[in-house]
Amino acid sequence: MAETVIPVGQEPTAEETHLRHHFATPAQQMDAATLGMWTFLITEVLFFGGMFAAYAIYRGMYMDAFASTSEFMNVVLGGTNTAVLICSSLTMALGVRAAQLSNRKQLQLFLVLTMIFGTIFLVIKGFEYHAKWVEHLVPGFNFHYPIPQFERHAQILFFLYFCMTGMHALHMIVGLGLLSYLLIQATRKVFSATYYAPVEMIGLYWHFVDIVWIFLFPLLYLIGHRK
Amino acid sequence: MATLAHGTPEIAAEEPVNYLNVEHGWKSWLFTTDHKRIAVLYLISITLMFFVGGFMAVLFRINLLEPEGIFSAETYNRLFSMHGIVMVFFFLVPSIPATLANFLIPIMIGAKDLAFPRINLLSWYIYVVGAILTMYAVVRGGVDTGWTFYAPYSSTFSNSYVLAAAFGVFTAGFSSILTGLNFIVTVHKMRAPGMTWSRLPLFVWSNYATGLIQVLGTPVLAIVLLLLAFERIAHVGIFDPNIGGDPILFQHLFWFYSHPAVYIMILPGMGVISEIVSCFSRKRVFGYNFVAFSSMAIAVLSFVVWGHHMFITGESVYTGLAFSFLSFMVAVPSAIKVFNWTATMYKGSVSFDTPMLYAFGFIGLFTIGGLTGLFLATLATDVATHGTYFVVAHFHYVMVGGMVMAFLGGIHFWWPKMTGRMYSEAWSKFAALIVFIGFNLTFFPQFILGYMGMPRRYHAYPPEFQALNVLSSAGASVLGVGYIIPMIYLLWSLKYGPKAGPNPWGAAGLEWQTQSPPTTFNFDETPIVTEEAYNYGPLEEVIG
Repeated sequence: MAETVIPVGQEPTAEETHLRHHFATPAQQMDAATLGMWTFLITEVLFFGGMFAAYAIYRGMYMDAFASTSEFMNVVLGGTNTAVLICSSLTMALGVRAAQLSNRKQLQLFLVLTMIFGTIFLVIKGFEYHAKWVEHLVPGFNFHYPIPQFERHAQILFFLYFCMTGMHALHMIVGLGLLSYLLIQATRKVFSATYYAPVEMIGLYWHFVDIVWIFLFPLLYLIGHRK
Repeated sequence: MATLAHGTPEIAAEEPVNYLNVEHGWKSWLFTTDHKRIAVLYLISITLMFFVGGFMAVLFRINLLEPEGIFSAETYNRLFSMHGIVMVFFFLVPSIPATLANFLIPIMIGAKDLAFPRINLLSWYIYVVGAILTMYAVVRGGVDTGWTFYAPYSSTFSNSYVLAAAFGVFTAGFSSILTGLNFIVTVHKMRAPGMTWSRLPLFVWSNYATGLIQVLGTPVLAIVLLLLAFERIAHVGIFDPNIGGDPILFQHLFWFYSHPAVYIMILPGMGVISEIVSCFSRKRVFGYNFVAFSSMAIAVLSFVVWGHHMFITGESVYTGLAFSFLSFMVAVPSAIKVFNWTATMYKGSVSFDTPMLYAFGFIGLFTIGGLTGLFLATLATDVATHGTYFVVAHFHYVMVGGMVMAFLGGIHFWWPKMTGRMYSEAWSKFAALIVFIGFNLTFFPQFILGYMGMPRRYHAYPPEFQALNVLSSAGASVLGVGYIIPMIYLLWSLKYGPKAGPNPWGAAGLEWQTQSPPTTFNFDETPIVTEEAYNYGPLEEVIG
């Protein structure tokens, strides 16, 4: 087992590293957390993967109907949201860096910024959902498609749209909850160069949720714009 | 490992501190993060669910005593569906991983606990929530979709409590994911010094492979059940043919999890058998590397064979050919295991203790279950036998004849370690025999029934099938007795059983070097491993 070389006399106490009883070294604990998080993210990939597979199949079957839906998607709002999320990923990464450098003020700042970006995303998404309801584009509850020949097949796209963006939004809300937890912990001076695993792990989660959106945006908004 | 301390007989001495008596009270159990206590919590919960699922089986076997059936078709449909759901998701999937492996993996690799003890406890709570949701569906009247929840029946037409049951299964899935994730990280990061991958007990290897399947497969089940639930709520969705949706897509996504899931339900059992066969033959498992890698091969192949569930439900011939070929491939690692267990016994000092009796049962019944799987992997044969009792018999030979046998064998093997008590040798051998007889009496007739063309999932059947059905129902009652007897003598042993030493079987492996039952952190100091697994020496040296 590889052990991190720590200069004699400067070894952090078990309290500082938050070393739990069943790990031998802080390095082992960090390794376990990292592998655990990546494994969890793989399960997330497969979770979203089911919907991406369904999307790919129906897009192949009903290309014209799918392309016709792009008219009703708000590319400006979707594009803005993409930019907002990319910014939030940057602030998240800077937050992890701040934690690693034991810079508490910066960590708090970047966590707050990330949460603001996340909230902006959700608010914009809310406006988009509202617009869909007004335009009768919610399958099952309120659906009337202006292009009659695609009425049936377009519902599949909108059903997938709500499932995929809905699941993504749910992950964003969970992410905001996790970030609030980090902010409280940061205020309590829990994190430092010797202990920043939760910041890094939740950061990984946040980046994952962003990447999902990076795929969702072109797949759902830009189908008809591909010529 | 050969230099074990001889257990000095302690007469009337106070019991040493162990994980069971270190703390008392319900709080010490419900808020524990000790993997051994969580394993016990799981053991109690899954046993409860096993008897719930078993009770439903008793009811529908009673129905099948008469050709015209005793219950209504609707009742019958709900009984077999709930039997399947409870047994698959709430017993078989967590059976060995969440109990025996949860208890043993940290000890076997010389760790103090799993990598994420609190997540381990969380997984149990999630399991309980899932079980309560499903029991709610049962109490309200049950589900009649079969355990497979096929759309569009489940999404549109069924009048039963599909949503509650689907959410129950969805929830339980996350407990399975967390267990698998914990095992993967634990095996990678928590091994004691000297415990290299090639020294891991095969039980650890097989549960590691199981963990991979749990982590990669279960999320797909989660999303497909969620899409199904949305479709049921919205009355429209991607499996709805009215808007151009394809119900077959549901089957693809469902079996992408559920075929690998049948290996979740057998791989851990194979791990148990490797341990038992080696111990009671007093030999290293023949071809250790092959057995270890066959677990990994099964895990990998499990993800590319799901199409064999759909040979007759709308799949192209070429897809069918590919899936048929890949399904045959699974036979290779499975056969490696069976041959290697047999070779382990060859010229070994075989003894016939209860765990070994279950291992014999496993090897024989799994072989039958596996070989009949090849009949079903053959396209032409499958057309005739698909949807008949032949399939029912096939997977019960693997799931019940295989996994439940292995589970019971494992419980009998590690019971002294888990509880510090021995059970009655005579009663346990008797029960093992009853289980074996009852099992074959129940399920062998179903092979014949299926071959004669009796379809599964019907509450009534032509009168000429009655004799075999009565035989099967009679067998089920024998099997039921075989499951109740161990319940009685194992519970009895908790109070009255003779105390077990650290190593009653003289087995190799780190778990036998610590006291029975182990202390909370398993070892007084982290062991240093210097030799490979299953290093068996002469018998008299090691029994403690």
